[in-house]
Amino acid sequence: MSAAASTFAQKAQSHRFYDSTIGKKAVMAVTGAILFGFVVVHMLGNLQVYFGPEKINAYGELLHSSPGLLWTARLILLTSVVLHIVAALQLAALNKKARPVGYVRKKNIASTYASRTMLVSGPIIFFFLVYHLLHFTTGQAHPNFRAGDVYHNVIAGFQQPAASIAYIVAMILLVNHLHHGVWSMFQSLGLNHPRYMPWLRRFSAAAAILIGVGNISIPVSVLAGLLQ
Amino acid sequence: MTLDSRIPSGPIEQKWDRCKFELKLVNPANKRKFHIIVVGTGLAGGSAAASLGELGYNVKAFCFQDSPRRAHSIAAQGGINAAKNYQNDGDSIYRLFYDTIKGGDFRAREANVYRLAQISVNIIDQCVAQGVPFAREYGGLLANRSFGGAQVSRTFYARGQTGQQLLLGCYQALERQVDAGRVLMFPRTEMLDLIVINGKARGIVTRNLITGKIESHLADAVILATGGYGNVYYLSTNAKGSNATAIWRAYKRGALMANPCFTQIHPTCIPVSGDYQSKLTLMSESLRNDGRIWVPLKKGDKRPPTEIPEEERDYYLERKYPSFGNLVPRDVASRAAKAVCDEGRGVGETGLGVYLDFSDAIRRLGRKTIEERYGNLFEMYERITGEDPYKTPMRIFPAIHYTMGGLWVDYHLMSTIPGLFVLGEANFSDHGANRLGASALMQGLADGYFIIPYTLGDYLANTKLEKVDDSHSAVKDAEREVTVRIQKLLSIKGKRSVDSFHRELGKLVWDYCGMARNAKGLQYAMGKIAELAEEFYHNVNVVGDGNELNQSLEKAGRVADFFELAQLMCRDALERNESCGGHFREEFQTPEGEALRDDENYCHVAAWEYKGEGQSPVLHKEPLRFEYVHLTQRSYK
Amino acid sequence: MKLILHIWRQKNQASPGKMVRYEVEANEHMSFLEMLDVLNENLIAKGEEPVAFDHDCREGICGSCGFMINGVAHGPLPNTTVCQLHMRHFKSGDELYLEPWRAAAFPVIKDLVVDRSAFDRIIAAGGYISVATGSAPDGNAIPVRKQDADLAMDAAQCIGCGACVAACPNASASLFMAAKITHLGLLPQGQPERKERVLKMVAAANRELFGSCTNIGECEAVCPKGIRMEFIGRMNRDYLNASFTYQEEKEMAGVG
Repeated sequence: MSAAASTFAQKAQSHRFYDSTIGKKAVMAVTGAILFGFVVVHMLGNLQVYFGPEKINAYGELLHSSPGLLWTARLILLTSVVLHIVAALQLAALNKKARPVGYVRKKNIASTYASRTMLVSGPIIFFFLVYHLLHFTTGQAHPNFRAGDVYHNVIAGFQQPAASIAYIVAMILLVNHLHHGVWSMFQSLGLNHPRYMPWLRRFSAAAAILIGVGNISIPVSVLAGLLQ
Repeated sequence: MTLDSRIPSGPIEQKWDRCKFELKLVNPANKRKFHIIVVGTGLAGGSAAASLGELGYNVKAFCFQDSPRRAHSIAAQGGINAAKNYQNDGDSIYRLFYDTIKGGDFRAREANVYRLAQISVNIIDQCVAQGVPFAREYGGLLANRSFGGAQVSRTFYARGQTGQQLLLGCYQALERQVDAGRVLMFPRTEMLDLIVINGKARGIVTRNLITGKIESHLADAVILATGGYGNVYYLSTNAKGSNATAIWRAYKRGALMANPCFTQIHPTCIPVSGDYQSKLTLMSESLRNDGRIWVPLKKGDKRPPTEIPEEERDYYLERKYPSFGNLVPRDVASRAAKAVCDEGRGVGETGLGVYLDFSDAIRRLGRKTIEERYGNLFEMYERITGEDPYKTPMRIFPAIHYTMGGLWVDYHLMSTIPGLFVLGEANFSDHGANRLGASALMQGLADGYFIIPYTLGDYLANTKLEKVDDSHSAVKDAEREVTVRIQKLLSIKGKRSVDSFHRELGKLVWDYCGMARNAKGLQYAMGKIAELAEEFYHNVNVVGDGNELNQSLEKAGRVADFFELAQLMCRDALERNESCGGHFREEFQTPEGEALRDDENYCHVAAWEYKGEGQSPVLHKEPLRFEYVHLTQRSYK
Repeated sequence: MKLILHIWRQKNQASPGKMVRYEVEANEHMSFLEMLDVLNENLIAKGEEPVAFDHDCREGICGSCGFMINGVAHGPLPNTTVCQLHMRHFKSGDELYLEPWRAAAFPVIKDLVVDRSAFDRIIAAGGYISVATGSAPDGNAIPVRKQDADLAMDAAQCIGCGACVAACPNASASLFMAAKITHLGLLPQGQPERKERVLKMVAAANRELFGSCTNIGECEAVCPKGIRMEFIGRMNRDYLNASFTYQEEKEMAGVG
């Protein structure tokens, strides 16, 4: 048996799996799917702001009513974020090594802008996430934080134009990220078929835009005075 | 020298079985003690290297390309013949044998051809098992198409890329052996000489094309599967790198060169469009299944083809050969095209072209069916010419495509140098004076998968092979000669590029030793070639060094050998005072302009022996005996 | 027509290279490589070294040729290798940048010539069906659904030119591997080794330092044979399936 074949046989299955680029991409796809699910649910929760303070504050209370569940969910999300980022960074390092010398001229002829900028949109979204947690969850970055009063925190937070703009920019980047990311996770997991792949691409774009529009509507409404 | 073809005795159906039984075997434990060199990784070389590796031999395989997968077998389009009779249309091993002998105009060995037909069925099985995606019917069984020179449907195909798929199957088998450590692969390595020690082939001298390093490789037997020499014509359907250097070096070391004048002109190629042209592109012969070939009835009719009414068209193949029509063998179709162009009825800007028209087939079968059968060929035509063959007929013209001649081998595929085996297009064996379409792939794989693994073992088991090493004087001499040759080419520093010489040589050979030949022209060409070779050695300019990748130097070495080979081709053509298959001597034709054979005097293989620099080569004749097929005037009417 | 060419010139693997400007007179009937032949004839006449580029069949099937033309692998025409690209698609005065494929796995040997032997090693790792010569059953013994055979053929058309790697921002060999894995994985003959094949080939590609697939589709856009990205999905599926279900062979000591 040759050297190549024997290294193959010696390595443990799980080790080999994560060693491979496809394995890392699968981790990114699965964690991406979890985070996408969270983003959808989170947006639906946020939109309750339009039904008045009672509704959204009750929703906030509901989430905090069982700390066990809350922390399980937070742990899963946190793990997903970490794995998603670690795999992305490792792949990025690998990909950089795969082309040490670049081209003088290089034209992109098929890829979307979104797909080529995942490594830009991703990290910015991460820093936004940190700010977002300090802003609305723990309050350190909030000018006038009242624990438990979600409605107040949202309105007061977004009445600062700088914060609103930061949110809007971040959401545009999120749209960008999901535009490619959502259908890409199906491809990475091999859940593709030529018959439904075009639909999946459309679904991916539509979902990204809906999430963006839904979330952006809130700071815009606050700034426009529709929500007070 | 007597040429012993070692054809086994007995009835033709039993010869190969008898031969296999009588062959000595090498015990499995001993196989790993033998070292085998395989030069060339096309269908013949690749399949041989893979099969020998599987058997347990230590194999070294060489190719000049950057990967064994690029050998020119990959460009074969149409298909591979096999006497499976899956179509229930009357095919049989005997019929394939008969068609091949007849198609070759009775200038091939019966026993070899019969064996080829027998083995053809195993090849399909082997390739299917390797995962070659042959075309299939809706029931899941293999599909067939018909091809020139046959009235049955026996050609298996994978779209228009049959050669590619067969080669990839064989390349993958080869790579499996590389991974298993049974085959050591040397890509970008060119064989520049054969090492002969005590009369036996014991190794080769190579040049590493990246570093320029000259190296010797020693072995117990050497297998050449280096393809044909069609590039002597400069413009041919061969790949740019295809060359005769390996077989020519073997010839100069004592292997006999057989029937060098038997070259095949393929009738359906895209016509030449200018002086800068670097190669000709073949359009698969399978196109003749559904395409109809015609020229205008009137001389110099310059109307666009779609404006020429039916009654002013001459479907000359259907007119001259009503029973085979557009499916006559290649040599016949090519000569007929030349004849109508000589009459001034050729089409296109140069007048050197005929139409291949699909409008009837599209009407009859629908565009979709035609697309399915030939889609990729039509696209290729459009890419090259900028014309859409669905709308306007293709223009085609004959071009050099294959060389039936090659190193002489016996029934065991061994040359006149013991231990030197020659497979595929590089040998002369199975196609006589003309090869039928879809038979080259068959022969290459038959030689590599199913013949050499048996006959090589017999040689090794029967031969006392003394131990040799790099310090042997024959090794040192061969290395020195190679180095001297390279230094000579690099030191000339003349005014003309290698390509300009090659182009001029090609034109000479095409004009005088191409589709039609005559004694006067051949004599003239021999003189001219000698003059050109003389100029080459004084005026060629090979830029750069020998110790790095130097494509000019590679070409120069190959062209230098082509000069010598071209001389021998002309000599052979001049010696053969008859017309047969691809060799058409204008002095010998029937009143209708068909090839006129002379079985009384030329029913033999002409094998030439090299006698040294400046000496005339000596002709040896291997008489051909036909015990099963009656020699007849070929008729496709 | 007159063209301005900027060509990457590099003497050998060890020396640095640079872009060099040339002018060449061409005509529209030439192929792109014939235009370079003309340039090389001019260079030889001046005693300069001709530009080295890989090429062989010049009919788009051997996979030898290929370089970047203005940042696009094999140039601007879809489904076309550079040897089949004709000058009628360019116009006089065009300025063209010719660069070799760039990837850690494809080191430059000279000028536009790169070393693609990494592809051979990926195939050697498992891109085959093990069938010893002579052991095959009759060709029609196992029927193959026509649709499967056709799709397998779509994938099998890969010529191994490396354009997919060159176009991919990550120099990933995914399309190349996926083509072989799909081809063999669709056929009944390819089933017995299906899991080992994908595991070994993917491991080999990672050893060769090819990058990862980010599903962006630059590869399929330049593939001269129209190999589709959908095959990469198939490869991913096969790989994940094999990763979770493949079992190493048990030691069979003492049996037999």
